[in-house]
Amino acid sequence: MPTSVTLIVNGAPTPLAAPGTVHDLLAAMALLDQRVAVERNGEVVPRSRHRDTRLASGDRVEIIVAVGGG
Amino acid sequence: MHDPLVIAGKTYSSRLLVGTGKYKDFQETRKAVDAAGAEIVTVAIRRTNIGQTPGEESLLDALPPSRYTILPNTAGCYTADDAVRTLRLARELLDGHRLVKLEVLGDPNNLYPNMPETLKAAETLVKEGFDVMVYCSDDPIQAKRLEEIGCVAVMPLASIIGSGMGILNPWNLRLIIDNAKVPVLVDAGVGTASDAAIAMELGCDAVLMNSAIAYARQPVLMAGAMRHAVEAGRRAFLAGRMQRKLYSATPSSPTEGLISPAR
Repeated sequence: MPTSVTLIVNGAPTPLAAPGTVHDLLAAMALLDQRVAVERNGEVVPRSRHRDTRLASGDRVEIIVAVGGG
Repeated sequence: MHDPLVIAGKTYSSRLLVGTGKYKDFQETRKAVDAAGAEIVTVAIRRTNIGQTPGEESLLDALPPSRYTILPNTAGCYTADDAVRTLRLARELLDGHRLVKLEVLGDPNNLYPNMPETLKAAETLVKEGFDVMVYCSDDPIQAKRLEEIGCVAVMPLASIIGSGMGILNPWNLRLIIDNAKVPVLVDAGVGTASDAAIAMELGCDAVLMNSAIAYARQPVLMAGAMRHAVEAGRRAFLAGRMQRKLYSATPSSPTEGLISPAR
């Protein structure tokens, strides 16, 4: 079992200790107290599933926020 | 005057919707939104800055969804697929919120909407239960098609996004307004207060703008001007303008009783 996986987070290769969940990734990125939404391989991961959604090497993860725009 | 704007069954007293981009900070954004009297504010969806300062204020702290109706948009999306994914994420971000602004762009220079992709995205989003307000070309056939798909508002451009060129084709806007059973909003192109008033006098239900306020020398002052312009235009529309009478004056004062004899 590898000790870490490499994800593509917001387009950039990002290591995460294995086994790791969406919740673990948000914790590692200090985003737990921020209002964000997460997509994994093109599908939204609802907040209620962050703790039990395991991430695997090569997973493409998008983490988004609301920003100013028109 | 009780004259509410109704979008997707919800009532709003303001007919001015504003974007939140291009302000110098969130404080100015908030002040401008409040000076505009806007209840619906549109926001963009973007990747988090990796390594963002924890605890830093976010846009939704400055504009809490408990107080404002947040309208997530798909600005910057060039395919139906990207737009749909973006709004699914927005719905998750905003705890199941349904009201969204769809825009699918076709050209990075003029930011004109890609209508085939827009129609495709609208169909998917409506099926998935979104209330779709849609940025579109000022083509009455496309606007009608979007309405038939089930969009809750159609939002033709007045001129290209961020240009401030004003209402370039009032005739097309009238065609769209006269055919529509859903609210019609001018979205994009307004440059100054008179443009907003003209849009409302044409019979638009509301106006959505960002740059005209944010790029004004004094954005908060302009936000107030836009609020008044939209209200003035709406009232003028409801009041019904006088008939134009060309090349012949009609005096407003009595023609009798002058102190000098009439000519």
